[in-house]
Parts: sequence; C-alpha cells; structure tokens
Amino acid sequence: MDLTYSERENAFRAEARAWLEANAPTVPLPSFDTAAGARAHREWEKRLDAGGWAMVPWPTEYGGRGANLLEWLVFEEEYYRAHAPKRINQNGIFLLGPTLMEYGTPAQKARFLPKIASSEEVWAQGWSEPNAGSDMAAITTTALRDGDHYVIRGQKTWASRGAFADWLFGMFRTDPASERHHGLSFVLVPLDTPGITVRPIAQLDGETGFAEVFFDGARVPVEHRLGAEGEGWSVAMSTAGFERGLMLRSPARFQDTAARLMALLRENDASASETLRDDVVRCWMGAEAYALETYRTVSRLLAGGKIGAEASLNKIFWSELDIRMHELALQLLGDRAELLREAPAAEGVGTWLDSYLFALSGPIYAGTNEIQRNIVAERILGMPR
Amino acid sequence: MDFRHDEDPLLFQETVRDFLTKECTPEAVRAIWESKTGRSPALWKKLAEIGVTGLLAPEEHGGMGFDETTLVLLLEEAGRAALPEPVIGTSAVAVPLLGEVGGALASEWLPRIAAGDAIVAVGHPVSPFVEDAHVAELLLLAQGEELHAVKRGDARITEQPANDPGRRIASVAFTPSAATRVAEGERARALLAVALDRGALACAAEALGVCDRLITQAVSYTAQRKQFGKPVGSFQAVKHLLANVKVKLEYARPVVWRAAWSVAQGSAHRATHVSMAKLAACEAATLGAKSALQAHGAIGYTWEQDLHLWMRRAWSLEQSWGRGSFHLGRVRRAVLEDGLPIGPGTTFLGGA
Repeated sequence: MDLTYSERENAFRAEARAWLEANAPTVPLPSFDTAAGARAHREWEKRLDAGGWAMVPWPTEYGGRGANLLEWLVFEEEYYRAHAPKRINQNGIFLLGPTLMEYGTPAQKARFLPKIASSEEVWAQGWSEPNAGSDMAAITTTALRDGDHYVIRGQKTWASRGAFADWLFGMFRTDPASERHHGLSFVLVPLDTPGITVRPIAQLDGETGFAEVFFDGARVPVEHRLGAEGEGWSVAMSTAGFERGLMLRSPARFQDTAARLMALLRENDASASETLRDDVVRCWMGAEAYALETYRTVSRLLAGGKIGAEASLNKIFWSELDIRMHELALQLLGDRAELLREAPAAEGVGTWLDSYLFALSGPIYAGTNEIQRNIVAERILGMPR
Repeated sequence: MDFRHDEDPLLFQETVRDFLTKECTPEAVRAIWESKTGRSPALWKKLAEIGVTGLLAPEEHGGMGFDETTLVLLLEEAGRAALPEPVIGTSAVAVPLLGEVGGALASEWLPRIAAGDAIVAVGHPVSPFVEDAHVAELLLLAQGEELHAVKRGDARITEQPANDPGRRIASVAFTPSAATRVAEGERARALLAVALDRGALACAAEALGVCDRLITQAVSYTAQRKQFGKPVGSFQAVKHLLANVKVKLEYARPVVWRAAWSVAQGSAHRATHVSMAKLAACEAATLGAKSALQAHGAIGYTWEQDLHLWMRRAWSLEQSWGRGSFHLGRVRRAVLEDGLPIGPGTTFLGGA
C-alpha cells in the first residue's frame, strides 16, 4: 500500500492544472441541454481535444493521452477544481468509449473514438422504451437484417442528450423470435438516418435533456453493430458497469459539491443549527469515502481487476449522497431556496435549485436504485431471486 | 499511489481467518462468555503463536514488526469471529504505547505480550472504564496530564458488567506516585493522543468484520427460512434492508484502510482520518446489527440464536475509544475550524 502520489502523478497533475487554468472558461457556459449551450459546450470540447485533454486514458491514436486510470482520476480532480464545463459528450466519452475499447473492431475504434474525443459526434443513449424501463430485457424495438443493413422499427424513450446529439447507441432486438435478454444486439445509429424522428422531452427543470426517438424503417449498416449479433446484453452490461461503477460520476464531482456546500454553510453560519452543521460535515465525509473507494477500485483495475456487480454499490452511494448535499444546501438557503436565478432577491442562491432537481434524477437514471439494490442482494450477497 | 495491500498482510489475514474459524466458533465464544474472567488464556496463547498479540511489536522484542495497515486486516477477522480477547487494548494500543515509552517497560512487557504470557490494559480519558483491567498484569493509566504504569495489585478495580459479555470493563482507581509515572506534560499528551487514535482505529477495523458477519448471518438465515412458500430472502424488502448495510460497509472499509495508513505514517491528519474511520465503520456495524435482527425476526431476538454475538460486539465497539458524537466533533472541528483542506484533489494531502 502506498497512499502518496508518485512524481509522475504529481507532474501530470501540475500539467493538467496549468492547462486548465489557462484555458477553462471563467464564466459558466449555458446548460448543454439548450441549443445555445450545446453549441458552446461543443466549442469547449473542441478546445479540450486540441489540448489533448478530452479523454486522457485513451491511446493517443484515438484522441487520448495514453494516461492510466489513476491519472484520469487526477485529471478529474483538476477539472472540477477548475470548475470547467460539464461534459456534453459524457455518453460518448465515459460510456460508449470504454465499451468500444472492449468490444469494438479495429475499424470501429478508428472510426468512432477520435470523433467521440473531439465531440464532433455527440452521443445519446437508447436503452429505455415505453414498456421497458427497469425491465430492460423487455425491449421490443427491432433491428431486422436486410442484406448488409438493419431495418429498425419501434421507439426509444428517455434518450439522454437525444435533443442535441448526432448519434445514438442502444439495444435492439435483432432476433424477432427471441425473448428477454437473448437475441438483442448493441447498435450504433446516426440520428440523421431517414426514418428517425427525435422528439425532445422537457424535463423537471424545463430543459430538454432527454428525448423520445421514433424508428420507422430506419436503415443502419450492419457494420455499426458492436459485439456479436444477439450478444447485445453482455455489451450493454459492460457499458452499464462503466456508467455505474467508475467513469460517469468521478469522485471529484461530489468533492466539489461538498466543498461548495461547506462554503455555503460558512456564508449562512449564523442561521445553521448544530444538526445542520453536523449533516454538512457528514456529507463531506461521504464524498471523501467515495473518493477513497474509487482510488481503491482504480488500484484494483490497474492490477488487472474488472468492474463487476459492485458498480451497483457505487451508483447507490453517489446518487443518494448527491441528493443529501443538495437538500442541505436548500435548507441553508432557507426562504431563498425556491427562487429561480432571475428572481430579484436571488443573489447568492447559485445553481443549487437547478442542481437539486438534477440530483433527484440520480436514483432513477443508469438503472433505478431499487434495481441496483436487487443486484447487490442477488449478485453480491447471493440472496435468492 | 496503490490502494492495495501487499501479499504478506493478505496471507496473514487468511491465516488468522482460518485459525479463528476453527478456534473461535460461536460455541467457543459462548463458553468464554460464561467463564469467570470472560477471557481464555489458552486462546490468547494460541493467538500469540501465530503472531497476533505482538503484531506491532518490533522483532527484537519477539514481535512481528508489522504496522497498522496489516493490523486492520487481522482485526477485521477478530470482529468476524466476535473474538473475546484483548486484541484492541493490548495488541493494538498497549504494544505501540510501550514501544514509545521504551526503556525497561518495553523490554520487560513487549516480549511477554508477544509470547501470550501477559495482558496489558490501557485507561484513557476518553472513557471512564478500562477494558480488561481485571486480567491485566499491568495497567497504563492516564491521570491528568500524566501517564502511569501500575501493577494490577496496586490498583482498585471495580468490575462493571456490560451489555456485551465479550467486553469486560472496570472502573480503576490508583494512587499516582513518582514510581508509577512514565510520562508527563507534552510527552504524555502526545502518547495519549496517538493511543486514542490507535484504539479507535482498531475498533473501526473490528467493526468491519462484525458488520460483514452480521450480513452473512442474515443472508444465510433468510435463504433457509420460508414464508408464503418462498425463502424470505427472496423478498425485496429484505434484500434492500441488507443491501443498504452492504453499501455502508463497502464505503467504510477504504476509510479504515486509509486511517491505518495515516496512523502508520504519522500523517498530519491522522486524528481526523481515524475519526472518519471510527464513525463510518461503527455506523455500518450498528446498522448491520439492527438490519440483521430485523431480517431474522423473532428468532434473532433470542439468546439461543448466535446473532447477538455480533450485535453486542457492534454496540460495544461503538462505546469503545470514543463514541460517534466524540469523533464527529473532532471531524467537525478539523473541517470547520482548523482549516483542513477540502475539495477535489485534497484527499491524500498530508498523507505521509
């Protein structure tokens, strides 16, 4: 065990910090779930990619920096420390990218990864359907072979980033006679394909962060299938592992929230009860525990380990910590907690209300926490189905 | 940066686990509970033979020369077995304390502890009670700003029966003199501060094992017990109850490991890291106790069912070496008053 950074890791941190200090926007960009915000975020991603910082653990030929996962954690810490913009292509860089590394052919990697890194192609997720939410194996949207194309018919919903994305990855039923998690395939779909209609959905905060996607005979080349035909479920589980287990929510995000919550406590110290102060301290401890557990996971992965069902523990932990921190922030804001940013009396309320609404989606997306608890109980603890 | 244990500590952990599975069964624990002293000199001797009692003692005193990062792995096993022996007070706290005091005290007592021939108890101002005072040959006792070493015969010991028959505590009174004093002033304060951190760290490590065992007991019982024609463990309400404990446990373990590293390295933030570990692990264990009891139903509420071996251990660890409120207070002061660095990238600052 060695809980100190090596010289190489310290040098990497210094380099990342210097670049971010010189390049990260000093004024927050508008939300990437608005048209103007999506444009601004794509510009930022282009700059990040030009600097070689878009996805540091990827090999250089795919737009990465050839760093290891530990250095990725360090980069994330510096990224949040710099309050750099949220990642519009998080579906691409954190979820699809690692899945492509594992399942993609050399041609697919060369075709897709560099444009994911540069966000020239922004990705949406296509998992849920109107009748397949927590029960993802109930997917009915079909992708049937016709020569060297799949013809897709059906509907996806809650497609994150669907409104402003270029591509969608998701699971489709390639064997119409199949049931449950058999006969599914993981397919990459250009959203400008004829026969696809994207209808943005306004979320709880009013922004169009997800969309319905209708497929009416859209033709997609078979070469856009990731992994073997009918093996989509295993490919999707790998994506879900990255999503829940490591990449989507790095600890720096919650450490930053905890630090801002602590600052809010200082600003409102006079009105904070002893209990509220203790609760804030407990949240900081939670964020630190999450960081420590992530370092432990990364150490394990670097030594050849894999992410398995324990990804579900992560997802439960960070999503509930995030809500707790935002609830406390609203308590500290008191009477002003309900004010929108444009309200004349809203000075100092920051973005807590918006991010509280977003935090509430945490226990729902990436598989509800009820499903995660079932996974923990059945696959980690070995309880009967 | 590598947050993994080396091979030797892991092998040692396995050895201790196998040993305790064989030697410290629930029946054995109950037999020790019912004995007069609540301790088994034979078991203590065997623990010494595999190197547990003198784990932290230097090799020239008959010890193993390991540090706290190994200690926490062994104590997790002690918790898993609800081992009723003074591994916290003597092995985790008294041994390094004697080493720091040095001189004749160290050379006389460390070899005897390492050989399993002596128990040394520690009385700290954080608690009015001293664990194992009734069987200790030597007591290291705080008195104001001083540390004293007192033979059991020279102390007045009043046993205080407690909820966990595996925890034997007593009030201790003695007459301090120049002959008993081993440290005073700043030096005594420093010795007592690190002793407290070692005690709390050891409790945290044991609590991990206790929590893990509580989950295992509940999983195994609910797989067998049927109601409505199905194992009760197949119901989501029961699954989620135990999944919640597992989440707490897995997010406590790295906090305990890091605290062990900080104690071993003498990190600037040692005390804060230890308090975070004690809070996280004891909260996991007490939630484990409550949830495992609920999962068992009425059978868990009996003396006959073994479950309470670990429930009582969870509760007594919470009481030992500073309760939750004490440790939360230390973290709160560090973060809100003493300017501990917080935010992304600060986790391992002051780590060595």
